[in-house]
Formats: sequence, C-alpha cells, structure tokens
Amino acid sequence: MSHSHGVAHDHAADHASHGSLKSYIVGFALSIILTVLSFRMVMSGTASQSSAAGWLVLLCVAQLLVQLIFFLHMGTAKAQRQNTGIFVFTVLVLAIAVGGSLWVMHNANILMMPGMGH
Amino acid sequence: MTQAVSTHLHDVAHHHEHHDDGSKTTLGFWIYLMSDCLIFSGLFATFAVLRHNTAGGPDGKELFDLSYVLVETMLLLVSSFTFGVGMLNLYAGNKGRLLGWLFVTFLFGAGFVGMEVYEFHHLISEGNGPGRSAFLSAFFTLIGTHGLHVTFGLIWILIMMHQVKRFGLDGVSTRRLACLSLFWHFLDIVWICVFTFVYLFGVL
Amino acid sequence: MFGKLTLESVPYHEPIVMGTLAGVVLGGILLLGAITYFGKWKYLWTEWLTSVDHKRIGVMYIIVAIVMLLRGFADAIMMRTQLAVASGGSPGFLPPHHYDQVFTAHGVIMIFFMAMPFMTGLLNVVVPLQIGARDVAFPFLNNFSFWMTTAGAVLVMMSLFLGEFSTSGWLALSNLGNQNPGVGLDYYIWALQLSGLGTTLSGINFIVTIFKMRTPGMKLMQMPVFTWTALVTNVLIVAAFPILTVTLALLTADRYLGTHFFTNDGGGNAMMYVNLIWIWGHPEVYILILPAFGAFSEIISTFSRKPLFGYKSMVYATACIGVMSFIVWLHHFFTMGSGADVNAFFGIATMIISIPTGVKIFNWLFTMYRGRIEMTVPVYWTIGFIVTFVIGGMTGVMLAIPAADFLLHNSLFLVAHFHNVIIGGVLFGYLAAMCFWFPKAFGFKLNERLGKASFWCWLIGFWMAFMPLYIVGMKGMTRRMNHYDNPEWHPYMLVALAGAFIVALGIAFLILQIVVSIKDRKKNLDLTGDPWGGRTLEWSIASPAPFYNFAQLPKVEHLDQFWEDKESGRAFKQPTHYEDIHMPRNTGAGVVIGGIFGTIMGFALVWHIWWLAIVGFLGMVIGFVVRSYDRDIDYYVPAKEVEAIENARYRQLQQVA
Repeated sequence: MSHSHGVAHDHAADHASHGSLKSYIVGFALSIILTVLSFRMVMSGTASQSSAAGWLVLLCVAQLLVQLIFFLHMGTAKAQRQNTGIFVFTVLVLAIAVGGSLWVMHNANILMMPGMGH
Repeated sequence: MTQAVSTHLHDVAHHHEHHDDGSKTTLGFWIYLMSDCLIFSGLFATFAVLRHNTAGGPDGKELFDLSYVLVETMLLLVSSFTFGVGMLNLYAGNKGRLLGWLFVTFLFGAGFVGMEVYEFHHLISEGNGPGRSAFLSAFFTLIGTHGLHVTFGLIWILIMMHQVKRFGLDGVSTRRLACLSLFWHFLDIVWICVFTFVYLFGVL
Repeated sequence: MFGKLTLESVPYHEPIVMGTLAGVVLGGILLLGAITYFGKWKYLWTEWLTSVDHKRIGVMYIIVAIVMLLRGFADAIMMRTQLAVASGGSPGFLPPHHYDQVFTAHGVIMIFFMAMPFMTGLLNVVVPLQIGARDVAFPFLNNFSFWMTTAGAVLVMMSLFLGEFSTSGWLALSNLGNQNPGVGLDYYIWALQLSGLGTTLSGINFIVTIFKMRTPGMKLMQMPVFTWTALVTNVLIVAAFPILTVTLALLTADRYLGTHFFTNDGGGNAMMYVNLIWIWGHPEVYILILPAFGAFSEIISTFSRKPLFGYKSMVYATACIGVMSFIVWLHHFFTMGSGADVNAFFGIATMIISIPTGVKIFNWLFTMYRGRIEMTVPVYWTIGFIVTFVIGGMTGVMLAIPAADFLLHNSLFLVAHFHNVIIGGVLFGYLAAMCFWFPKAFGFKLNERLGKASFWCWLIGFWMAFMPLYIVGMKGMTRRMNHYDNPEWHPYMLVALAGAFIVALGIAFLILQIVVSIKDRKKNLDLTGDPWGGRTLEWSIASPAPFYNFAQLPKVEHLDQFWEDKESGRAFKQPTHYEDIHMPRNTGAGVVIGGIFGTIMGFALVWHIWWLAIVGFLGMVIGFVVRSYDRDIDYYVPAKEVEAIENARYRQLQQVA
C-alpha cells in the first residue's frame, strides 16, 4: 500500500523558503543588470585591466548573492539557517581548495619550471 | 492509488517528527549539490592553474565571442527565472501552469545547450579542441561538465513533467520538483562564475 | 567488438596468478554449490542482497571488508617475502612489473576496499541505533551505495585474472606510469569512481540521518561520541570525495580523450594531479580514523563503568580535526619544490592538528583513571591502540618537519609511520568495534580467548613487522623497491617478514574466532540486548535488533540516557500500547543498477568496449528512472506484529531476571 499525500503539502509554508513572484522578478532584474554590466565592461574595453578585474569579481559576487537569496532562498530565517550554514561551510572548503591550489602551484611553478613562472 | 489517504495512518505519521515531510529529501539534495559545488571547485582550481598553458596555441582572447556568450547567459538566466515562476505555481497547486512554465524552462535550457554544442563544434573543427593544450582541456572540461549537468537537468524536467501528468501533484512529485529547482538554480550560480572567470577574465 | 579484450588478456604465464585463479574458481564452486545445496538462494536475495535495512547492509559491507582484507594481506606477505629474499643481487621471485602491481593493489584494496567498507559497515550497523532511529534517511540509496562499492571491489578482483592491475601506487601519482596504455590504471580508475560515488552518497545519507532522524529530545550535544565522529566523518566524505572524483576524471580525460591536464607536453602539469589528489587524500585518512576514535570512546567508557571524560572537548576536538584536515595536505609532497613559505605553513598546520588528537588520548586515559575496568577483548584493542597509535602519531610529527621530511619522504620510515597509525589506529579500532557491537548485530558474543589471541598476534606481529622498517628507513631504504643491494638491510627484512607471519596468525585467529563463535553461539547468547552494561540507546533493544529497531521511539533528555534509565530503574519497561510502523520495502533496484550495470559499465570502459559501456551506462540511468516511477516503496508493519515481537523480547527479559 502506498502512502501519499493527496495535496501538495507546504510543510515549510513560509515565504522564506519558497519566495514570491516579486522576489523572483527582483532577482531576475538585478541579475540581468549585473550580467550586462560585467559584459559591457570587458567588451567596451574601457576600464584598465587591474581595476576591471576587481569590478568583475565584485559584480560576480553580487550576482551570486542575488541569486542565492532570491532564487535559492538562502538567508538567516529559521527554516533557511541550516542550508545557509552548510553552504558557507562548502564555500570555505572551496576557498581552501582553489586558493590553496593556486598558492601551492604558483610557488611550485616558479621554483621548478623556469620557463613558466605561472 | 495515489489519492488514497488513510487518515489514521496520516495522523500516526505526524507523531514522528522525521516522517516523510520532504525536509529530509531536500536537505539531502542540498548536501549533494554542495558536493557538486566541490566538483566544480576542483575544475575551477584546475582551470585557474592551467589557464595560461596554451602550448603555443590560442588563448581566450583569440577564441571567445563575448556577445555569443552573453546570449547564452541570458538564455540560462531566463530559464532560471521561468523555473522559479513554475515553482510558485506548484505551491499554489496550479498543475497546468506549472507544466507550461516547466516547458518554457526546457526550451530556454535546450537553447543554452544548443548554443554551447555549436560553440564546441566550432572550436573543435578549427583544431582548437580539448587536446590542443592544457588551457583548452580545462576549458572544455569545465564548460562541458556544466553543460552535461544542464542536459541531465533537461532530461529530468521532461521526466518530472511526465510524472506530474501521471501522478498529479502528490508529495513525491512536489519533493522532486523542489530538488530539481535547487539543481536548476544552482546551475545558473555556477554559470555566473564560469562567464566571469573563464570568459570575461579570459578576454581581459 | 570486444575492445582491447582478447584471450591473451588472461595471464597464462604467471603461475602465482593462475594458481590463485584455480583456488578462486574452486572456492567459488564450493560456495555456490553450498548455497544451492542448502536452498538458500531465495533467502539470500530477499533477506540480504535486496535489503534496505541498515543493519543488514552494514554486515554485508563488513563481510566485503574482511574478504578484501585477505587479498590485501596476501599482497603484503608477497611483498615482505620478496624483500626478505631479494637482497644482494638476488632478483627474488616477483619481477618488478608484477611487484608494482602487488604494492599498488595492496594499498588500493586496504584503503578503498577494506578500511572504507569496514567503516561504512560499522556506521551502518550502529549509528541509527545510537540515535534511536528506525533506519537511515535514504534506505534505497544505502543499498545502492553498497552495490557500487561491491562493483568496484569486483573490478579489482577481476583485474587479477583479466589483464593486469595498475602499477602506479595506490594514488596513481601521474609520474608513476599514467601514460601506460595498459588496462591496469583503467581498472583502478573505474573501481575507484564506482565505489567513490557509493561512498559520497553514503556520506550524504548519514549526515541527513544524524541531522534529521534523532529520536525526540536528543540534542546534538547529547549524541553518543561515536555518532559525533560519524557526523564529522561523513561531512569530510562529502567535502573531500568530490575532489577525488574530479581528479580521477581529469586523469581519465587524459587517458581516454587526449587532454593535457597532467601530461608532460601540451602544457600539462603533473604536479597539479599530486596537489589535487592529496587535497582529497589527507581528509581521507581522517575519515578513516575518526570513527575508530569514536569506537574507542564508547568502549572505554562502557568498560570503565564511567562516563566519558570531557565529552564536550571530545566533540570540539573531533570538529577541529575535521576542519584542520583540509589545511595540511601539502605535507605529503614537501619535497616537490613549493618553497619554504609554503612548506612552513603546512608543516606547522600538521603539527597543530596533532593537538586535538592528544586531547582525545588524555580524555581516554582520564576516563580509565579510577574506573572499574573490565579487561574484555575490545579493551585490549583499545589499550594496544593507545600505545601504538601515539608512537605512530609522534613519527608523524617528526615527518611534519619539512627538513626532516626531505630525508624521510618516501622511505620505509614513512611506510612504517602510516602503517603504524592505520593499523594501530584504524584497524585496531574497527576490530575492537566489531567485537563490541557484534552481539547487537547477531545476538551472541564472540569468543573471548580467540579474540585475545588474535589481538596479541596483531600487536606483536605489527611491531615486529614495522619497527625494522622505521630503522631501515632512516638508513635510507626507500619504499616500493623491488630488490636492493645493501646487505645491511637484509636482517631487518627478515625480522619484518617474521612479523608479517605473526600478523597472518592474528588474521587466522580472527577468522577462527568468527567461525568458532558461530558454532558456539547458543552458549554465548546475548539475552538482554545489553551484554556489556552499555550506556547508549543501541543497548536498550533486543539482540539482534528487530528489523524496525525501536517499537517506540525512545525519549531522550540526557547524554547516556539509557545508562540514566538503568540507574533510575526506568529501563526495560514494556510500553502499554503499540502503533503501526512505517518501513521501506526491500528492492532489487540497487543490485541491478549498481551491482550489475555498474560493474558492466566499469568493465567495458576498462577494456574500451564502447557499445557495452553505453549499455551499462544506459542501464544505470534507465534503471534509476524506472525506480523513480515506483510509488510502492514502503509499507506499514501492523501494530499487532510489533507487539508480538516485543512480547517475546520482554518474556525473554523476565526469564533472564
């Protein structure tokens, strides 16, 4: 015998976990703006390399946050806290793996591969 | 079969906090997504380390067509939005509208994959395939892995559309759509990092 | 049609291998014949292979582990024998190509197919019981994970008789032959990818189980320490295994698709492989040791009749070890030229990570202090562990000094160090855990005398086998060496061989212990479910546990709630009424998707039989989709049935009292 709910239950029936049309539209609009800004910056060739790099990272992080909050419903409300915490931990591991690899390999390449230096 | 709900069993169910309220599944899927995030972190780390190893071949500046990538990006972004709207319809119980938005999402997602396949084909036919240099190996693998994920997502969308048609909006389908929505949004999250660090930085 | 596979792939010219094949075929026929003769196929299929019951799956994992222990140890004896013989010009009996496969298989099997399944098996049997749950969060996934691990093990076993195994060491470091077009490295890759996926899914399963399925009232800081170590271990698994998956995938791309990730040309960077694989590899060893630490905590508090000293610090120490395990990985390749700054950081981090382990050691000692210690077999293992592991850990801190490591890297000193901590820590811990929780799984105790005999052989054998390696490693002997010229090293190799034979005796006693215990089970029945005077919830139910574990979910307010209940007289009280219990159905989907199609796909990829690989892959995907359409995956156990089972238990309790 199968046990199934006849109606789609909303056990976490708070906005925090599901969002609303407004929040999706806001997230969508912000994402478009941030995307276009990033592409414009590089495609127009205006900004200098180093400042552009900084801005690109900022715009990237901003859009990540926008989509995490508006599309993936991350936040500090009780229903979302666990997911957010798990995500933060993952980002920590990611930073260690990517940052650590770059540090280690950069040093190894400079010291051990005379032609490369990168 | 699907509509039969024995009320006393249902009540029994609610005595136990860890009875199937879907939260275990979505937590489990979220954790799986984090592991997937770490797969991408390995690929990003590799790309970052190997990005200048072009073996005398072309680099990003020569290869990437940013306006093309912008269109791709918009397709995926729109699909993320349409999926979100679909989910709102799911929670409101609008089966027909949900299916409609899922289908739109599918179309935009398929458009994204189509553009990516075309881009790969173009690069390979010019001799700039994954075997050309370490940079290109890393590029194809990172972008390709993302594209494979999107493709699996597309297949999953079709399966879910069929299961919703067949079983209705029961708890199982709801749970699975919640997981798929996490998956689909997450793919756009990864893509933000891809277009920034691979394409935009590559051309800069 | 058959890719690279031909009749020539069978190693006809290797007498050792062909002899083993003959033995396996014979043994296999006997086993299958016995099952048929006793009419046990249906029982095996319905009660074990398709089971989604964590207790059954756990036992199956441990059986796989013990079988693979035998093969891995056979490799060890072969190596020790070769080195005892191949001194001063003699080539020994194992030519280098074969020897390389032996040391590779030894490492791969012991880590991936002995230690990991053993650990997963223990977690499976114990954790849901300790938290008062009825199963893990995703029972089908649990079964599937088991079959993926088994698929990997089958591939490794097949490599003996079809083709060859990898010669690149247990981590396939790129420079050790990954350009080799033979099938050995491919067997390695696919065995690890299949079992790695199973392990990762298992990790997710247990995290959700521990977070979401604790019995009402049990807060995180009231969980048993073994469950805490299980939680941190599984977090490490989910965080680290994706890196292994990616790294092996990139290696696969190099081999199958002509990419240049780790090649010498085209811009590849072999060191990136080393870097990535150790980002996984270091957390892996902590994945192995933490559950052993947890087991020791349970054992020592139970048999000292005292609460574990410093519960909070144990939990924090475990969490610290978990986090820090991600920032020490470079100590595995100090010598590869990343420079003094990098080496200094990782060296210091490595030394710091030994501190929380030290905290744990002191906590165990303080738990024993002024306790009323009962010298059971698990306690023997625990004390053996404390002495052995501490020494092993100290040699680790020695190796953490980059300057020292420049001399000791890849010497037998290193080999002695990691065997010291893995055997002394991981294996002793798992064997202790097996003895400790065996009654809960099977309803009777293991034979004490044989257990003690096994322990002493392991302890003495281990030290005899590895102390010489420390010395000869300092004298300059390197690892993975097929033969050597320096006659000074020979006597040490002989002592090491003797030690290995004593360990073999220890393994023999282990097997004998299990066989004799099964024969004598009626004499050693655990009638109360609490054979040791335990402290945690798993001891509050019958042995073996009923399939639903708890008829009524226990209410928890304190740490060691069961102990509290016993002290206050509230334990062993039969509830007044029972309810229907929701249970998952057994299913063959895991066997089919993981065991059958997974193995087919892996095998086909190894031998480049592309059409078969597609069949395997599609089989897995379609099987999974078909399973998703199955809405009849659970059922309710009627309250009456539960009541009948429970009545039998309480009747038995009355009889004992």
